[in-house]
Amino acid sequence: MSGRKMFPILIVPVLLVALLIAGCGGNKTVARTDLILATTTSTQDSGLLDQWVPMFEAENPYNTKVIAVGSGQAMDMGRNGECDVMLVHSPADEQKLVADGFAINRQAVMHNDFIIVGPPSDPAGIKGTSSAVDAFKAIANTQNKFISRGDNSGTNAKEITVWKSANITPSGTWYVQSGKGMGDTLRIAAEEKAYTLSDRGTYLSMKDQLDLAILSQGDLALFNNYHVMMVNPDKYPDINLAGAQAFEDFVLSPEAQEFLNTYGVDQYGQQLFYPDALSQ
Amino acid sequence: MGDIWNGLVQALKLIVHLDPYVMKITLFTLFVCGIATCIGMLLGIPIGSALAIYRFRGRKLLVTLVNAGMGLPPVVVGLFVYLFLKRRGPLGFLSWLYTPKAIIFAEIVLAMPLIAGITMAALQNQNPKIRMQAKSLGAGEARSILTLLRETRLSLVAAVIAGFGGIISEVGAAMMVGGNLTLNNQPYTRTLTTATVLEVSRGDSQMAIALGIILLTITVLLVWVLTLIQQGTLLSQPARVARTLLRGRGREAKA
Repeated sequence: MSGRKMFPILIVPVLLVALLIAGCGGNKTVARTDLILATTTSTQDSGLLDQWVPMFEAENPYNTKVIAVGSGQAMDMGRNGECDVMLVHSPADEQKLVADGFAINRQAVMHNDFIIVGPPSDPAGIKGTSSAVDAFKAIANTQNKFISRGDNSGTNAKEITVWKSANITPSGTWYVQSGKGMGDTLRIAAEEKAYTLSDRGTYLSMKDQLDLAILSQGDLALFNNYHVMMVNPDKYPDINLAGAQAFEDFVLSPEAQEFLNTYGVDQYGQQLFYPDALSQ
Repeated sequence: MGDIWNGLVQALKLIVHLDPYVMKITLFTLFVCGIATCIGMLLGIPIGSALAIYRFRGRKLLVTLVNAGMGLPPVVVGLFVYLFLKRRGPLGFLSWLYTPKAIIFAEIVLAMPLIAGITMAALQNQNPKIRMQAKSLGAGEARSILTLLRETRLSLVAAVIAGFGGIISEVGAAMMVGGNLTLNNQPYTRTLTTATVLEVSRGDSQMAIALGIILLTITVLLVWVLTLIQQGTLLSQPARVARTLLRGRGREAKA
């Protein structure tokens, strides 16, 4: 009798262990080493890394773990030796990281530009303004809602420089910090009928789902360039140096660079990123 | 409204066609939460039992810790597990960060106190005479505890299901220590919850709805099973079936 009474209690663990075994089947480990790539949300949200990483992994024995955070956090990871290689777009901070000796082999990979997007009705009247500073001034003067990333990302850093050039310290209820990635911030801006600064790649990859229009573009101050760099092995000898070098070689290779010329053209009708390492 | 409807239809298509991405994530989630619950149970039931049965120095502190652990915010657990597992953390040499092991680790920390706490409460509510009676009938220490646990089995199953339900719907810790990664174009540390967060931020609401429906189905099933157990209809069922079968066999033997 007692054995039969225990039976139901045993069912649950047995079922769970069965699940465990079922799960193990799909979880084969390969003799490859792990490579941690710290990068910005824009390279992931735009879908570029979904294409690049499998191309890289097909030719190299590295399992690439893409940690997509803001450029600021990605470089913090590099500074603390928590990643092997970085793909980021915040040039001033990158130069500082290299100068401090935490990163080496910084190379230009690609560029596009930042754009100021907002509700198509454009209540602040910035449409056609080619100067980013003037556009920001108009938004601040009319107190129209502006969504800032507020996360130390490359886009956030660029936004702050533009506010500085405009001599404005944004504050008040119209200035909202999302603390999220580019994709989320664009969605919030669309919902709130607000303005925001976005990289062109992420905006193009999401524009069909958003009621947001490009209102100001073309200012040289809004140039957006991406660099790759690896963690300095002198500071952290245990990083995956070979993997970091292989990834850097890959993103600078003609294969990866030429891919940029076609990526997004079919899907979004426009190129998302322009190669910087092709002509050499 | 059109968006939601359209999303639902597309999501159901993804599920009905057993979309490989959705299926992999679902199996992975069940796998991770299953292991974490099993280990949480193997640790939690003995700890909960010991705290309920024995009186020793430091017991009050442990009881407080277990009770506090039942309400641990997943994000905080994620943060601490992250700090321990990161390359330059105390357990960095394991290289567990951004692997399924890290998620399992964090989920055990979340599930174990839940299971221990419910076990403890259930055992304390039992009549203490059960154990004395078992002992007076000649049962040893271990045997008497097993008797007590057997009498409490409904609550123990509830404890385990509560632990599983708690971690399968958790997103903060899994995101922080797992990283929501894909490897070789396959989901690697992507659970139903973290994948939903990503799909929403990418604006792929169909995929997000599909994952949400699956997660909802799993939790509703769990609650349903839990209710059946509470009402005593599920666990008595196998026993009843067994009894009927035995009776039938007995009759056959007679005939």
